[in-house]
Amino acid sequence: MIIDHPLLGPRDAAEFVYKGDAALIDRPDWQAEDAADKFHEYMYLRDNVAGEMAELWYHEHGDRSWLVVTRNTLTHKITSVELARDVARRRGRGK
Amino acid sequence: MGYSAFKVFWEGLTGNKGWKPVWREPDPKPQYDIVIVGAGGHGLATAYYLAKEFGITNVAVLEKGWLGSGNIGRNTTIIRSNYLLPGNQPFYEKSLKLWENLEQDFNYNAMVSQRSILNLIHSDPQRDAFARRANAMRLSGADSELLGPEEIRALCPFLDFDNARFPIQGALRQKRGGTVRHDAVAWGYARGADMRGVDIIQNCEVTGFRMENGACVGVETARGPIRAGKTAVCVAGSSSRVMALAGMRLPIESHVLQAFVTEGLKPTLPGVITFGAGHFYVSQSDKGGLVFGGDIDGYNTYAQRGNLPVVEDVCEGGMAIMPMIGRARLLRMWGGVMDMSMDGSPFIDKTHIDGLYFNGGWCYGGFKATPASGYCYAHLLATGRPHEVAGAFRLDRFRRGAPIDEKGVGAHPNLH
Repeated sequence: MIIDHPLLGPRDAAEFVYKGDAALIDRPDWQAEDAADKFHEYMYLRDNVAGEMAELWYHEHGDRSWLVVTRNTLTHKITSVELARDVARRRGRGK
Repeated sequence: MGYSAFKVFWEGLTGNKGWKPVWREPDPKPQYDIVIVGAGGHGLATAYYLAKEFGITNVAVLEKGWLGSGNIGRNTTIIRSNYLLPGNQPFYEKSLKLWENLEQDFNYNAMVSQRSILNLIHSDPQRDAFARRANAMRLSGADSELLGPEEIRALCPFLDFDNARFPIQGALRQKRGGTVRHDAVAWGYARGADMRGVDIIQNCEVTGFRMENGACVGVETARGPIRAGKTAVCVAGSSSRVMALAGMRLPIESHVLQAFVTEGLKPTLPGVITFGAGHFYVSQSDKGGLVFGGDIDGYNTYAQRGNLPVVEDVCEGGMAIMPMIGRARLLRMWGGVMDMSMDGSPFIDKTHIDGLYFNGGWCYGGFKATPASGYCYAHLLATGRPHEVAGAFRLDRFRRGAPIDEKGVGAHPNLH
């Protein structure tokens, strides 16, 4: 698979480390009443989508950026690649 | 129809005209005591043991494709019980004991061959770790022994003992480990279940679960609704997709594992051999092909094919311990979809929905578990209690802080 890095251009997927579902960006609030349940869901439960899925890839053998790659898990076709930073900001995260 | 040497001889003399199909192709009935979703190895084993050991024969096994078309037909056929943790080891030892008597039990030739498994040791700390594992294996009644380099040299003179980076210093051996003819396992269980009255219904995809008052009372299928006292899902590889029909999210990701087989060679390998410093394992089939594999690809996928970086990694592992494998030509390679769980261990459990049971999360170790998985699932379905060797395989174990993490890498399914 070739991942079209937004800063570096097309890179071999072997340069990356795979983290998983991009929902992992949305860490639950540890002070919430139901924090234990929310963290259990966050850590252990997965949608495990068959089809288009947003996922986190880390460019370890490159610029060490985190990317959100939208990829089809049935065909391996990649439809969009963004910096995870931009995605997190768009979801209202601070830094 | 029973099998015997006389029957084979007689059929040979009479043109092999007396062989008949070994299971029926029944239409689904409107209702069963237990409906098993998935006619793979584990589902068929569950039906077989329900009928044989627990006397429950009003059972249907529903299969989307054809019987044994999933991972029972695309694995690397290794059986062993060399686990470390107390939640796992007794279960896999139970499985190995069932393998040892399987052919007599279901009167079918599954070519169970206890040709041993060697886990190579390449460093001092690894020897310590394997000595601990060898002791843990013995606690559950399994056999284990530590070999030195000279003993391995006598068995496998072709290994690269003096490799500059990963010299072979010894091995953990389980003599009772080995290989089995994987398709025959599905066929043998299917025949045994069918003979006892279980309906195996192929080309019958489950499209939903029937819910009444919050309980599961059957399934919707491509061939109409079927009511069931208990519904037992057993579809490793597709677990998340099927359980999503019941609104459940699972501690599972789907990943692809690739496997490879070379052209047929003369008998070369004495048993199964695994590389201790990378991920590579190899055995030789009775047809002569070297069957080998390594790591999963590492990203979520439902495609039954992988990518080249892992092919390279597996082949490097092979060349590191067994340079002669570079001379063999590759015949086939393929991929299978694995239920990778959050701790690398499986689930055999009731769900929070009454009447709905779940068996899955087998990672890439489901084949060796087939008999015990079926036996323990049947025990749970028949008695309502987990079997004593499968009591740790619960769905709520992460919430309780009780994962069974053989590798100790945490909630990263692609690292198990």
